Amino acid sequence: MAERRNADRRSADRRSPLAGFAARFETASAGGALRLAEIPFLTQLNLRVDAKSPAAERIGRALGTTLPVEPGSAVRSGDLTVLWLGPDEWLVLGPDEGEAEIGAGGAGLRDRLVEAAGSADGHVSVVDVSAQRTTLVLAGARARDVLAHGCALDLHPRVFGPGRCAQTLLARAQVVLVARETDEFWVLCRSSFAGYVAEWLLDAAAEYVT
Amino acid sequence: MLLIPCPWCGPRDEIEFHYGGQAHVAYPEDPAALSDEEWARYLFFRDNPKGRFAERWSHSAGCRRWFNVVRDTATNEIHAVYRIGEPRPVIA
Repeated sequence: MAERRNADRRSADRRSPLAGFAARFETASAGGALRLAEIPFLTQLNLRVDAKSPAAERIGRALGTTLPVEPGSAVRSGDLTVLWLGPDEWLVLGPDEGEAEIGAGGAGLRDRLVEAAGSADGHVSVVDVSAQRTTLVLAGARARDVLAHGCALDLHPRVFGPGRCAQTLLARAQVVLVARETDEFWVLCRSSFAGYVAEWLLDAAAEYVT
Repeated sequence: MLLIPCPWCGPRDEIEFHYGGQAHVAYPEDPAALSDEEWARYLFFRDNPKGRFAERWSHSAGCRRWFNVVRDTATNEIHAVYRIGEPRPVIA
């Protein structure tokens, strides 16, 4: 009984920042010109390491791809995505790992990276920042137009096509933009800004959805 | 609005940046040996030229890296952008 109560409490605690928007996202996506949805609870790790160090190489092997060193680039490896955030900083996105306690097992993505980093040489930091941001997916032929309402970046596929990412401002809120496919973007925004960004996106999308 | 070319991210709007004042102000080698006047001069006294000025900027809404810019304070024209630790470029 006590176990059951604990399980209930855990699932009650775990609520994505945009859980309340699901119905409105669905309505906005119904027309087909645009798809808007939240991808809740992605695993997000902030990784800081010297790109030229042996530790970076080992981490790259664990990720299955070398860390991208070109500013604003994103690489995918299986179900992982590695985003360039700075010359010595990356954001690793992975699938939801459930509610495993941090440091409890050895199978989590963070534990794998920490193990790969080792402790012998250089400075490495791997920090779980999964709760910092939530992920919105914005896709469809008009996705670029919606973003352009509040983002000063050149989003033309020639400049910002698949494999590109950027930290910038969307409607004055800090976001990480990721071009997944030609017409599919991920918008990672702070959990506390998520409601605002979602309201803004729905408003900006109003003219493209019927 | 200024369009500032971040040495990492490329040209971005000024609102993504924070200003950091004059660049190349070296920390005193032996701060304890300074008189109050010399310390105040290090802390508070900055150049204020009309013309080209080397200054620090931080791309706070982007890659969050500090870098240097040579900007003309009269025309706002940006003459050079270079990374922290690099010497001020000579501009003809």
